[in-house]
Amino acid sequence: MTDRGVTKSEAFQARLRQRQKQEARFKAYGIAAIVTALGFLCVLLGSMIYSALPALTHHHLVLDVVVEVPADKVSQDRFELADGMDWRGITFAALHQRFPDVTSRRDRRALMGLLSMSASDAVEEAFLNGSIAPNEVAQVEVPVSDDFDLLVKGVIDRSLPETDRIVSDRVLTWIELLEADGRVVSRWAWALLTNGDSREPEMAGVRGAFIGTLWTMLVTLLVSLPIGVMAAVYLQEIAPRNRFTDFVEININNLAAVPSIVFGLLGLAVFINVFHMPRSSPLVGGLVLALMTLPTIIIATRASLAAVPPSIREAALGIGASRLQVIMHHVLPLALPGILTGTIIGLAQAAGETAPLLMVGMMAFIVDTPTEVTAKATVLPAQIYMWANNPERAFVARTSAAILILLMLLLTMNALAIYLRKRFEKRW
Amino acid sequence: MSFPDVKIRTRNVNVHYGDNHALQNVTLDVRSNAVTAFIGPSGCGKSTFLRCLNRMNDVIAGCRVDGEILIDDRNIYDSNLDPVELRAQVGMVFQKPNPFPKSIYDNVAYGPRIHGLTSSRAELDEVVEMSLRRAGLWDEVKDRQTAVASGLSGGQQQRLCIARAIAVNPNVLLMDEPCSALDPIATAIIEELIDELRASYTIIIVTHSMQQAARISQQTAYFHMGHLVEYDATDTIFTRPKEKQTEAYISGKIG
Repeated sequence: MTDRGVTKSEAFQARLRQRQKQEARFKAYGIAAIVTALGFLCVLLGSMIYSALPALTHHHLVLDVVVEVPADKVSQDRFELADGMDWRGITFAALHQRFPDVTSRRDRRALMGLLSMSASDAVEEAFLNGSIAPNEVAQVEVPVSDDFDLLVKGVIDRSLPETDRIVSDRVLTWIELLEADGRVVSRWAWALLTNGDSREPEMAGVRGAFIGTLWTMLVTLLVSLPIGVMAAVYLQEIAPRNRFTDFVEININNLAAVPSIVFGLLGLAVFINVFHMPRSSPLVGGLVLALMTLPTIIIATRASLAAVPPSIREAALGIGASRLQVIMHHVLPLALPGILTGTIIGLAQAAGETAPLLMVGMMAFIVDTPTEVTAKATVLPAQIYMWANNPERAFVARTSAAILILLMLLLTMNALAIYLRKRFEKRW
Repeated sequence: MSFPDVKIRTRNVNVHYGDNHALQNVTLDVRSNAVTAFIGPSGCGKSTFLRCLNRMNDVIAGCRVDGEILIDDRNIYDSNLDPVELRAQVGMVFQKPNPFPKSIYDNVAYGPRIHGLTSSRAELDEVVEMSLRRAGLWDEVKDRQTAVASGLSGGQQQRLCIARAIAVNPNVLLMDEPCSALDPIATAIIEELIDELRASYTIIIVTHSMQQAARISQQTAYFHMGHLVEYDATDTIFTRPKEKQTEAYISGKIG
């Protein structure tokens, strides 16, 4: 290389150093941005997991239960026997034998308040599945009340003066006695996954909302995918370029930015008031979310159609393929990974949506798990919102746990999107 | 010029892209079973004219073609002629090799499949083999017909595209700078192939390489700024051009 002297000059060297410095600075900014973003993410996830921890387990009390059955009825079918029994009374009796000095009506109520409303159900179930033999003492684990549970977990501070504490001194003494007996045990809180919603925190679960979300997403997918893909194919591949299609295109792009609650209002006005579809149902919720997802799917599909190289279209046309054959045999299969990714991202967005569902009545206290698209249902984000509004302390942890479940659902959907994209890219 | 064996007749062909008058009053006859080369500087309209011959310009928005183009005395811009039917008769090979992202076999079989040319798998196998043989690719790929076409070299891909085009048994083959993306060895193989294919097809090739036009074509047309400047036997064009512009181009003064 012949040195023309340019690179030797002081000014050139100074400029070179300047450029190198700029590059290093730019890199540092980038790294700083990523570290900051990751930091926020970690804080968010960390605090969510930390506050969800108390909801993952629930304490149970081991009771010595005796189910008294008259001698002439012992041979009867258990289910018939169970029907006429006072399970609440049996459960209370088992607890009361530890505190025989509790007599007044008020104290008896307070004592029963140690246990969850579902404690007597647990005893009945133990009887039905044969864990309790008639007229014999049997140990049964029954769930305790939410305040009992939080106190044992240390979420409620025992050292506070009685006036600042939810749990009275008297109840605290009982709990400490039961703890000293070794009768308080911790169990996984399966109720969180297997139960529907409830006013009692220890009985509340996300099952209903989770299934509701799945039904709603099914409706959204079935409506928005075919319509979205067809619209995108028509606009991108077939429609002539004129004022009308330009107008449609601009409006689709604008629709993607419309506040989601507006779609809820539209759904209320059209699906419920005009078509009289059932309020609070996954059908209406899914249709509303489908409207919201359509622009996302159309834009993603158009982008992936546009990314298919024109040479492929020319090759197919040149052999004599019709326009439809070019699209169906070549362009769509090549665009499929992008379409699938866009669709799943759109669905994940819809799965996390609350505002539009507010307008069509899906923000409701619904205990039953929906079994069809026209049944009353709620969805995970709505469930989270409702739990966050509940006054009981124990709902704080449940809310975080429900958020984690929603996040896991979204992560699964995104993972599915990545998997599908990789799979179809390999085949093509 | 007039020949006894004319395959394609064009009369006063004009092409507009919107306001741009890309091709003006082109009138020429293309000989059957011969190689005709279109040469000229970039933007002269030679590719545009080529794409008129199988109506590939139809898909370009704002493109308008006027005049008459007859292949075997049939007007290809007749309103009752489906371009699909035309393109089955007039095959095309593009500048960049553009095999489908499918197997080698499926690439060649695609045309016969969509046109329903074969009735059985065995027949289709035969068509694929014959097309690959004619394209001089059979020996190289016969053991890996199910392999993805993108694994072939550039020259092999272009021969695959030729095999794909001739699999539907067209009369005319249009080639739009088929060697411009290839190295000299691959180019030589394709040129040899074109010379062999001349016996069965009417071939029109657009090329930037004047040596290539001189080597493989019998007729040459020189285009400049949307006009057909000169059209004659290749020998005449390259040795005794009548027009000053042609002479300037082939001697390297413009273009």
